[in-house]
Amino acid sequence: MTLVSALIIPGIIIRTKSLCSGRKGPALFQPLFDAGVLLRKGVVLSPVTTLVFRIAPSVSLASVLTAVLLVPMGRQDALLSFSADFVYFTYILALGRFFMILAALDTGSSFEGMGANREALYSLLVEPVFLLLLGTYAMFTGYTSFSEIFSHFYFSNNYAFIAGILGFYLLIQIAMVENSRLPVDDPKTHLELTMVHEVMILDYSGPDLAIIHFSTWIKFALYGALVSNSLVPSGWPVALQTGLFLLLQLSFGIIIGLLESFRARNKMTKNPQFILTLTAIALLVFTIMLLSSYMSSK
Amino acid sequence: MSRFKTAYLCPRHTGITMEFLFIGFFILSSALILAVPAGRKHLISGIPLLVLLVISSWVAMPAVFSEESSRFLFRIPLTGMKTVVFSIDALSGFFILTVNFNALTTYLFAGTSLAGHLNHHRPIWISVHYLSFLLLHASMLLVCTQQSAFPFLLSWELMTLSSFLLVIFDHTSRTNLKTGINYLVQMHLSMFLLLMAFLVSGEKGSYGFDSLPAFFATHREFPLFLLFFAGFGIKAGMIPFHTWLPDAHPSAPSHVSGFMSGVMIKMGIYGIFRVISAVQHDFLTIGIFVLVISLATGIYGVLQAIVQHDLKKLLAYHSIENIGIIGTGIGLGSIGLATHNKDLALLGFAGGLLHVLNHSLFKSLLFFAAGNVCNATRTRIIDRMGGLAKKMPFTAFFFLLGSLSICGLPPFNGFISEYLLYLGMILNIHQAGFYGSIGLIMAILGLTLIGGLAVFCFTKAFGIAFLGTARSDACKLAVEPPPPSFTGLMLITAMIIAIGFAPVVFVKPLLSAVNATFIPVAPATLTPLLQNLGMISLSGGIFVLLVVGIFLLRRLFSAPRTKSVAPTWACGFHAPSARMQYTATSYADNVAGLSGALVSLNKEMKQISPGEIFPEPANFTSHPVEKLEEWLVNRPFTALRRLLRRIAFLQTGQIRHYILYPFLFLLLIFFLTLLNLL
Repeated sequence: MTLVSALIIPGIIIRTKSLCSGRKGPALFQPLFDAGVLLRKGVVLSPVTTLVFRIAPSVSLASVLTAVLLVPMGRQDALLSFSADFVYFTYILALGRFFMILAALDTGSSFEGMGANREALYSLLVEPVFLLLLGTYAMFTGYTSFSEIFSHFYFSNNYAFIAGILGFYLLIQIAMVENSRLPVDDPKTHLELTMVHEVMILDYSGPDLAIIHFSTWIKFALYGALVSNSLVPSGWPVALQTGLFLLLQLSFGIIIGLLESFRARNKMTKNPQFILTLTAIALLVFTIMLLSSYMSSK
Repeated sequence: MSRFKTAYLCPRHTGITMEFLFIGFFILSSALILAVPAGRKHLISGIPLLVLLVISSWVAMPAVFSEESSRFLFRIPLTGMKTVVFSIDALSGFFILTVNFNALTTYLFAGTSLAGHLNHHRPIWISVHYLSFLLLHASMLLVCTQQSAFPFLLSWELMTLSSFLLVIFDHTSRTNLKTGINYLVQMHLSMFLLLMAFLVSGEKGSYGFDSLPAFFATHREFPLFLLFFAGFGIKAGMIPFHTWLPDAHPSAPSHVSGFMSGVMIKMGIYGIFRVISAVQHDFLTIGIFVLVISLATGIYGVLQAIVQHDLKKLLAYHSIENIGIIGTGIGLGSIGLATHNKDLALLGFAGGLLHVLNHSLFKSLLFFAAGNVCNATRTRIIDRMGGLAKKMPFTAFFFLLGSLSICGLPPFNGFISEYLLYLGMILNIHQAGFYGSIGLIMAILGLTLIGGLAVFCFTKAFGIAFLGTARSDACKLAVEPPPPSFTGLMLITAMIIAIGFAPVVFVKPLLSAVNATFIPVAPATLTPLLQNLGMISLSGGIFVLLVVGIFLLRRLFSAPRTKSVAPTWACGFHAPSARMQYTATSYADNVAGLSGALVSLNKEMKQISPGEIFPEPANFTSHPVEKLEEWLVNRPFTALRRLLRRIAFLQTGQIRHYILYPFLFLLLIFFLTLLNLL
């Protein structure tokens, strides 16, 4: 289901953004058509590159797909579920990123080196936020895997409610940072010097570029699924759950589109501060959850 | 709980013959190493190494793989003296096997690593090198098997001296000699601390690890532990005792760096494990202390690694980081024991131990690959490399594999040990109590940060050194060493992949060993833990299939299309030079900026002044400064030297003055006794 929603989210975001800026915007599935065109194109390779450059998109997509297997859909268990699987989730995504960074350095371009460096820095700062949040959820619910945590996540008291809202905020922000969107990176920018993710893939073309697009979309939908999952009630029948899940994924796309439309991009040097603020919020969530479990136990 | 199994390696009456056989064999093989020409020394030194390796592995196997806790004692009677006792339990057995595997791969790589040096040094020095290598291996085995204080310290000293000789192999360079001597001095400080610790803890007549439980049961435990920790910590490279490490590893030849970093510094870890297994009550203080120091070590190590320009120094700092991860495991394990969280105790200690093995694998792999690079390019500076993946594809592959596993990325071995640590923490965070939860979430934060920084550091090391285009002429001419030299590296690769994809096989005996050594009652949760590892194997398999599948699909799609070659996009600029590439220094710059006072760079630049008509070339250099070394080693010693210079007037050089001093001393004693002041 995550994969299905991955196909439509990018279109929705673009559409929302277009509507917000007063344009009509491209068709909902335009990104898919673009990718289809890319798949039918030839490949241009730089003579500097090695095998690392050619294999990196595949590794990246494979890592994202493996991560998909770990994330439950609605209240249905994930295909692969084990204790502390969110650690595996984080690390397997890091593996994909490792290869993309290497691929950028492989071209020997100073622009791409710069992008790689920024991506490495931002992801290293945002990873602790994610694990901090999931560690907090593990502490709060007493369960240790994605499937269990999300199926036992409920708002038992006011503290948990506040922490839950902050958690949603964090997940959305993490999704934005991890997928190189505003305010950390702007996918629409046209100047190499100011890009992060886009500049890393400057030298990709044809099917390789299509693979990279696929993995970016799926990754984004993956984080959307994390947000949506905690809102789907567990008592409902499977079909209804699936429907609601898709609906939530769509609204996730719309929310992101809205957020991107009304937000300016950070100055490049402010980005680390921005991400460190997220760490602080994650610590706040932890504190609230900690207090709440000790208040309720009394 | 532990049963003693005594085995006489040989019956009593044949003792003398056995002893002579052993000693004779080693004297003979040493003589042979000295006698043969330089080119053959490598081959000959393999014989005693293999003999020792097979014997020690053979006796260590049952200790590690037996289900119940047991300790094997081997006695070798000596002529006219006491018997020598070798005691091997699961802990020593595990370390012995790790040391042996690493010794084997080091030996296999040593030939390549030394090939370039054979003509620079006299044959006797090559012999000394091989003999010290054999001695270092033997002394590490002794360290693992000796329980009483004095044989233990003797082996410890032997280990220091032999490794000192290995470090100063390239003795023509002044800096190498200096770092060697620095190493020697710091190791003797460690020796002195350990001696003190043993003397404090032992009863008259019996000093050693066996007398520790009795001492711990009746005294305050933390001070003695601190003494041991400082002693072993110097060897292991825990901060603030790590200062010898980043200097010694780059000075030594690469195979020695791999061996020292892979297993010799782990002897400090072995000691810490050994002492903790004797501790009786105060696990909480010790656990928290070790955890905090280790996390600090990990973060400090990796931050320093990021700003290094020198490839081998970067790897050396990563050893410090990994010692931090191992220590985190030890700390978590102790806290688990203190709070009766059996899962945490089990997984903490097991994760730490597995990381000992894992680090010995990927660190030696990285050092060997780095050694190939340094030999081929004649430089250790990352910013002068580049594009090596094309010239040295095999070396690049091994370095990449080492990088992936040192970053703890699945599906390789580094992930498994880090996962065990995470799992221990996450399973317990729910019932850890108020402060426990805070502590655990901080540990999770620290470990994640270390992991992220490691990814940053190794994308820099691999990306700048191996990818892109060559930044110096030496790089353009770099060639791969001949294929046979990769035997050792391939062995390590096989182990890395085996642990990564089939962790259950390795973790299961490890868990039962940890159960036996540290945890009084066997926890019932072993099966779900192993199921988790099974799932990880499964995900790893799926991941690899996906990579292969997608890559083949990509082939399929791009095969019928046009393939063209065009230069890298540089905004339309078509004559980019190698110097325009991103450098390691600028890659590291933003993290260095963020980490504030922890990392400092000495920057020197010469700018062109505005009014200059004929400007000279401008330049810019930066050197990472080790602040802790500056504050904890350099400044105190400078102060000490200044103080000592003041009383140097006593050293007149005239013999009558020197005779006068003892006389004055005797007079002083005499009067003090007379006045009843003594």
